[in-house]
Amino acid sequence: MALKTGASVLRLNTLRNAAVRYVERVLQLLSTHTRPEIAQNTKHAEFPGAKAPYVTEMKFLNESSYDPIPIYRVLDNNGSVLESREEPNIDKNELVNIYKTMVQLTQMDKILYESQRQGRISFYMTNYGEEGIHVGSAAALSPQDLVFSQYREVGVFLYRGVTVTELINQCYGNHEDPGKGRQMPVHYGNKHFNLVTISSPLGTQMPQAVGAAYALKRQPNNDRCVVCYFGDGAASEGDAFAAFNFAATLDCPVILLCRNNGYAISTPTNEQYRGDGIASRGPALGIRTIRVDGTDTLAMYNAVKQSREYAIANNKPVLIEAMSYRVGHHSTSDDSTAYRSVEEIQKWTTDESPLHKFKKYLETKGIWDEEAEKTCLKESRDTVVRTMQEAEKKKRPHWKEMLEDVYYDMPPRIQKQMKQMEEHLKKYPDKYPLDQYQD
Amino acid sequence: MASLVTKKSVLLARLVKNVGDCTKRLSSHFIYYPDNDKPVEGETTKMNMMQAINNAMDLTLKNDPTAVLFGEDVAFGGVFRCALGLQEKYGKDRVFNTPLCEQGIAGFGIGLATAGATAIAEIQFADYIFPAFDQIVNEAAKARYRSGGQFDCGALTIRTPCSAVGHGGLYHSQSPEAFFAHVPGLRVVVPRGPITAKGLLLSCIREKDPCVFLEPKILYRSAAEEVPVEDYTIPLGKAQVLREGSAATLVGWGTQVHVLLEVAALAEAQLGARCDVIDLQSILPWDEDTVCNSVKKTGRCLIAHEAPLTSGFGAELAATIQEECFLHLEAPIARVTGWDAPFPHVFEPFYLPDKWRCYQALTEILNY
Repeated sequence: MALKTGASVLRLNTLRNAAVRYVERVLQLLSTHTRPEIAQNTKHAEFPGAKAPYVTEMKFLNESSYDPIPIYRVLDNNGSVLESREEPNIDKNELVNIYKTMVQLTQMDKILYESQRQGRISFYMTNYGEEGIHVGSAAALSPQDLVFSQYREVGVFLYRGVTVTELINQCYGNHEDPGKGRQMPVHYGNKHFNLVTISSPLGTQMPQAVGAAYALKRQPNNDRCVVCYFGDGAASEGDAFAAFNFAATLDCPVILLCRNNGYAISTPTNEQYRGDGIASRGPALGIRTIRVDGTDTLAMYNAVKQSREYAIANNKPVLIEAMSYRVGHHSTSDDSTAYRSVEEIQKWTTDESPLHKFKKYLETKGIWDEEAEKTCLKESRDTVVRTMQEAEKKKRPHWKEMLEDVYYDMPPRIQKQMKQMEEHLKKYPDKYPLDQYQD
Repeated sequence: MASLVTKKSVLLARLVKNVGDCTKRLSSHFIYYPDNDKPVEGETTKMNMMQAINNAMDLTLKNDPTAVLFGEDVAFGGVFRCALGLQEKYGKDRVFNTPLCEQGIAGFGIGLATAGATAIAEIQFADYIFPAFDQIVNEAAKARYRSGGQFDCGALTIRTPCSAVGHGGLYHSQSPEAFFAHVPGLRVVVPRGPITAKGLLLSCIREKDPCVFLEPKILYRSAAEEVPVEDYTIPLGKAQVLREGSAATLVGWGTQVHVLLEVAALAEAQLGARCDVIDLQSILPWDEDTVCNSVKKTGRCLIAHEAPLTSGFGAELAATIQEECFLHLEAPIARVTGWDAPFPHVFEPFYLPDKWRCYQALTEILNY
C-alpha cells in the first residue's frame, strides 16, 4: 500500500517535468506531515524479513493510515486537456484511428448483443464504458508485445488489426474461426497479432503472463513486454496474488492492467475488497503502480506508454489500475438492473463516456466533425451487419475437429474414439445436424 | 504453514538421505530390482534416481538455451537434491527459486512455454500440486485445443516427488496420478528407477504436450543402477514388459513395479506360476495394446497401485481390459491398492499394497 508519503510521491509524479531539486524539496515538505511518527536515533532491526526501525509506541495500521492513490487524468469531461504538458504527441491519423476503433467496437457490441437476444449466437459480452482502456492502452504498445486478456478487451484485438470478420466468425464458431468453434463466443485469440487465446477461468492468465514476460526477458536484445488485462473481481483470485508476487521477485517486464469497473457480475467492489482498490496492492508487493482514469483514452495512453518503456528498460513489472464503470450488463446471461439503478448507469453513459470525451477532444483539434461521425457510424454498422450475414452462412468445422489438437499427435485411444463416432454417424446420420458442418 | 512445510521437507529430505542406513524402517515394503537392459549402447555410470534426473536436466540446460528450471528451493539444489549444482553451472536466471505458491509455479511455467521457452517446473511434493490443479487441468491441458492449435504449452514439464516414503503421513506420500489421468491434453508419466527416469524425463521435456512427471521419492537414493551417460529418450505412451510368463499379468508403475517383480519371483518359486510383469510408465495416454495383448495371453490380471482403490487408475485399466479381453479372462481382474483412506502415518505398513497383499490376491485369481 502507498504510505501517505508514497501517495505524495505518486502525486508528484504528475509533475515529472519540474526541476528535480524542486521536486525533492516538495517531497520533503509533503513527507513531514504525512509520514507516520518513528522514533529518532533508532537503528534498523536485523530481521531478514524486513528493513525497518524499532518503535516503542504500539501502532496498528489500517486503510485510513494511507492517502487514497490519486487518479491520473489528462482530459476533463468535455475532452479539454487539463495540463498541456500532459497531452501526448500522437499523430492526427492515429488519433482518428483510435476513435474509429472505439466506434467500431461499440457498434459491434450493439449488433452482436442484439443478435444474441434473437438467438443467432449463444452468448455475448459487451465492452461499453471500457473502450478507452482497450484502445488507449493498445495504441501505446508495440504490435510485438504479447497480450494476455480476460474477455472484455476486444478493443485491443481490433486496434491490433484483427478484423470484425474474424471476431464474428469466432462468435459463430464457423469453419473460419481460428479456434475451430471449440470455445464460447468472445474467447478470441490471434497468434499473428500476439494475442493469446482467451479462456474462461478468471485470473489464470495472470501468472502465465508473468512467465511469458520472463521468457521474453531472456531473449537476446529483447524489446518486447507482456501486457495482462484483468478485472477488479479477478484480482481477488489466488492467481492474481501469485502473478504480482512472481512478477516482482523474478523481475519480469510485464504490465498488469486492471480494469476496475466497479462490478464483478453483481458483486460491487465493497464486497470484493476493503483496501484502496487494486492499485494499493502494487507497492505492497514492490511493484511500480499508477491509478488512471480509464474513461480517459489519453491518460491510458500515457500511462501504458511510460510503463512499457520502464518495464523493458528495467525488467520490472508495472501495475496500472484503470478506473471505469461497466455500463453494459455483465453478459447476455445477466440483467444488471437487478442489482443497480438505471440512474447510476445513465450517469456513466452520458457524463463519463470515454467515446464522448475523446470525440470532443478530436473536435477541439479540428480533426473530427458531425459529418465524419455519421460516416464512421454507418460504415461500422454496415461492416458488422454484412459480416454477420456472411458468418451465418458459413458452415461449422468438420465434426472431427472435436477430437483434433487435444494432443500434438492423436493418441491411439482418441483415434479409436473417432472411429467409433464415425461408425455411429454412418448409422444415425439423420439424428445429428451434419448438414450444418463441413464434410 | 509455509515454514512448517519447508521444515517438514528439509526434515524428510534428510531422512530420505538416510534410506541406506535404515532400510528396514523406510523402505521395507520393496526390494529394488535394477534395470539390466540399457536403452542405448555406450558408456554408463552408476547413478541413483536423483542423479539420473539431475543428469537429464543438466543435458537439457546444456543443449537448449531457452530451458529454465524453477520451483521452491531449487536454487540450492532442491530438498531432494535433484537440481544440485545446476544453478552454479547455468546461472541464476536459468535455475531459480520462486515464491512459495504452487498455482503461481504452474501458471508461470505455462506462460514460459507459451512464449517459446522450455519450462521445467518443480512442485516440492505431489501432495502440494492441488493448488495448481486449475492451472494444469483448465489451462495447460486445454491450451492447444481451445486455441485451435494457435497456442500451446507443450514445452512445459512439471516434475514432482510422489508416493510412499516410509513415514510421510498424509501430505508427503500421495500418488495423485488418477486425478490427472482424467484430463485430456495432459501426459502423466511415472518412472521406476534411474534409467527410466532419465529417458522418460528427457522425453517429457521434449514432448510437444504438457507433462506431469511423478517421481517416486523413495527411489531417489535407494535405487541405483548403471545409467547411460549419453542423451537418450524412452517413448511416452508405451508400457514395458519386464518379466514374461503365462499364468497372469501383473500391472503397476513406479515403486509398485518392484513389489510386483518380487511377487512374480515369489509366485514362480512357491507356485511354479510365471507371470508377465508390466511397468505401465505412461499413465496418460496409456498403452492399451501392450496390456491387453498380455492379458489375452495369460487370461488373468492383477493391477496394483499405492493410491486409493475407488476411481484409482486401476479402475480405468480394469474396465478397458474387461471390454477388450472379455472372452480371454479366466478370473475377475484383481486390484490391490491403498485403502480408501487418507495416507496414514504410523499405519503405513498396513496401508500399502505390499507383496503379501499382492501375493494373496494373485493366488486367488490363479485358483479361481
